[in-house]
Amino acid sequence: MKRARRINIFFFIFASVLAVLYAFPFVMVLLNSVKDKREVRNEPLAWPTEWRWDNFAEAIDRMDYWQALGNSLIITVLSVGAIIITSSMLAYYLARSKTKFSSVTFLVLVASMIVPFQALMIPFVGLFGDRGLGLPGNQFTIAFFYVGFGVALSTFLYHGFITNIPYELDEAAGIDGASPLRTFRSIIFPMLGPVTATVAIINALWIWNDFLLPSVVLLDNEQKTIPLRTFVFYGNYTSDYGLAMAGLVISILPIVIFYFVMQRQIIAGISAGAVK
Amino acid sequence: MRTRRQEIQRFAVFALLPLSIFILVLVVPFGRGVYFTFTDWNGFDITKFVGFDNYIAAFQNDDFWQSMGLTLAYVAASLVLVNVVGFVLALLVTMPLRGVNGLRTAFFLPNLIGGVILGLIWQFLFGQAFPVLAEATGIPVFEENWLLDTTTAFWAMVIVTVWQMSGYMMIIYITALMSIEQEALEASLIDGTNAVQRLFLIKMPLMAQAFTISLFLTMRNAFMAYDLNLSLTGGNPYGTTELISLQVFREAFSFGNFASGQTQAVLMFVVIAIAALAQVAISKRYEVQR
Repeated sequence: MKRARRINIFFFIFASVLAVLYAFPFVMVLLNSVKDKREVRNEPLAWPTEWRWDNFAEAIDRMDYWQALGNSLIITVLSVGAIIITSSMLAYYLARSKTKFSSVTFLVLVASMIVPFQALMIPFVGLFGDRGLGLPGNQFTIAFFYVGFGVALSTFLYHGFITNIPYELDEAAGIDGASPLRTFRSIIFPMLGPVTATVAIINALWIWNDFLLPSVVLLDNEQKTIPLRTFVFYGNYTSDYGLAMAGLVISILPIVIFYFVMQRQIIAGISAGAVK
Repeated sequence: MRTRRQEIQRFAVFALLPLSIFILVLVVPFGRGVYFTFTDWNGFDITKFVGFDNYIAAFQNDDFWQSMGLTLAYVAASLVLVNVVGFVLALLVTMPLRGVNGLRTAFFLPNLIGGVILGLIWQFLFGQAFPVLAEATGIPVFEENWLLDTTTAFWAMVIVTVWQMSGYMMIIYITALMSIEQEALEASLIDGTNAVQRLFLIKMPLMAQAFTISLFLTMRNAFMAYDLNLSLTGGNPYGTTELISLQVFREAFSFGNFASGQTQAVLMFVVIAIAALAQVAISKRYEVQR
């Protein structure tokens, strides 16, 4: 037993060292976010001599933080909501329909998941701006795109769950006179809670952090999300690292708060979402 | 059995809108994109068809090959390191250790944050913090800014990728480790196996499916990596660390070579498709049938 405990202590120390290494970059960002730019340059590892909280106020100002935060929130909520509605309905149709068309559609959806965004983004340019179709680069447009990209994986997740719901439930509701849509809304969808949580979390993390699509679609500064706005501190040369670090801290903060509130659901969502 | 009319009605109610969006956003641009590769498209107009000229040009383009080679090396290094580290982390945090939840959070946290921000954090570490750290501790590894040299900048990207993705894979491996039947482990204990044998002969084969998934996800993410590349190295020094995604982006949007950028993007898709099919086919052979 004594040997087992010694081994456990060894592994505990090993794991703790790794955890410190993993956390080190965040500690560095935090530490330097309250420093004067000269101090960051000369003493990046030292404890701040003078705590410059002004960095945060200036960073909020420079990156239009509140606006960017609002944009990120609206886009994420709008897109995730739309993905949940569309993909649960599509999955219900595909799981309950036994036609050749529905099985082919399902295969196409699964296959589409390996198409990189990079193969689509260049044809998109014709859609925006004055010389193209003139599609506005706003949150509704981008939510529409997120539904298009997100619907395959989410439908796949819902599909696996719905096929396990007995068909007798649909039939019983049908005999009671419920329309297909009513059956779905009142009977099936409420049973999908766990998958809906998974779908919501996986898509929310992706959309919140996404960079490439918004960088192509949201050209107007007032529409930009947090990941896009983080770049204001990195122009051709970065002069004020203290300010940049404060900007990074406030960019990271919302998602970290979200994690600590929803920790259990996030971990469960990732485990459940990784089924192939 | 439903009547044809009922079937069409259900399709209209449940599937028409989602499938229309999917087709408009994904299928049509993809089709248009492939079509553009056979033309002289400049982003706005097409004046003529050029057959396979764009593909021939891509194959003769040194930048494209350089970038593709770098991407394959990056994918390979990430594939191995992310999964080895992720698996080791999963083993560690499923042991009866104190503070396991705190450890899990520390390992998982980088994954919550987008690649752009992670890249900016590490740009600061490699450029400002590490050189000072090297001076203070006398550890020479980080004395120079890693991002100023092609080889070390490549490994800097791999390090940050491992830091970012290993926590995600850790979660998948934890789930798989927890779902191994206790009977199988107890039976092997009676047979007198040691911990190492149990790991390699019982646990790992029983969780082969988790490896399939994790390897697939790592590979897909690594092939498509863009954010991290842009914010950490920006392709520097002198464009030698441009992964294929950044290369495609710049070819099209910075240099305005839309048709040729799109051609490289289609080739990127072909490489990903081949790699994904091969990986899944190989992994499937190792999965234990239950």
